[in-house]
Amino acid sequence: METRKTVWKWVWVWNFDKEEDWLNAMAMNGWTLDSVGFCVYHFVRTEPGEYNVRLEMRKYDPEYISFMQETGAEYIGRMMMWIYFRKRADEGNFDLFSDLDSKINHLNKIARVLTVIGCMNLFIGIFNSLSGLRLAWINLCCATLLMYALGRIQGKEEALKKERSLRE
Amino acid sequence: MQENLVLTESTYYILLSLVEPRHGYGIMQMTEELSNGRVRLAAGTLYGALNALCDKGWIVQLPVDAQSRRKEYELTAKGLRVLKNEVLRLKELAANGEEVLGEL
Repeated sequence: METRKTVWKWVWVWNFDKEEDWLNAMAMNGWTLDSVGFCVYHFVRTEPGEYNVRLEMRKYDPEYISFMQETGAEYIGRMMMWIYFRKRADEGNFDLFSDLDSKINHLNKIARVLTVIGCMNLFIGIFNSLSGLRLAWINLCCATLLMYALGRIQGKEEALKKERSLRE
Repeated sequence: MQENLVLTESTYYILLSLVEPRHGYGIMQMTEELSNGRVRLAAGTLYGALNALCDKGWIVQLPVDAQSRRKEYELTAKGLRVLKNEVLRLKELAANGEEVLGEL
């Protein structure tokens, strides 16, 4: 029986929660995430449901990773600004964020990163168009896509803020 | 300085757990125990809150023990004041609720 498996997959940034659902569905089927790369996921064979997998966007912070390890989580790896953790299901619940404030903060962090990269692409695109460079449209397309992503993330953020106005 | 503070449930239980020095995982366990399993602090939420509470001066990080390397935190005098005020506020909330609903 195979013990390792590689899956190539593209995930849009606004679907990060669906990515997490997918990784947990894989774990439920006995394939637990073991390492990540650009559009590539490597899994190992485990008991179905042995692990829960979580991901978040965060600046690389070794202190945070050791903090997570103290609480029983295993660090799987990171891809760009996304970090991946897993924890054995029999070691108890595993969530990264347990209240609305920290969920909103996380979305806010993603939104800030998208804004910065989006603006960079926009400026480069405009600058290149003005100087008559043919490939300027590439940056302009990237900028448009990033702004769309920003809109999707902010939509999620608004929904949570609305909820927070009623409860903690 | 008498701010009218309302603590979040996470903040409340973190401060309550830190009446004695505890490290991160200890705070998570204490919170679950105090609330009979109802409140579960997630590690990412806790990490952010600990940093914010240190910045506010409500808790301090204790010198790191060379053996365990785990960071411990403890409530400050300021943090204790905030916590006591919050308990008073919560008592008022509960008393008002009972008074209004008592006859129903």
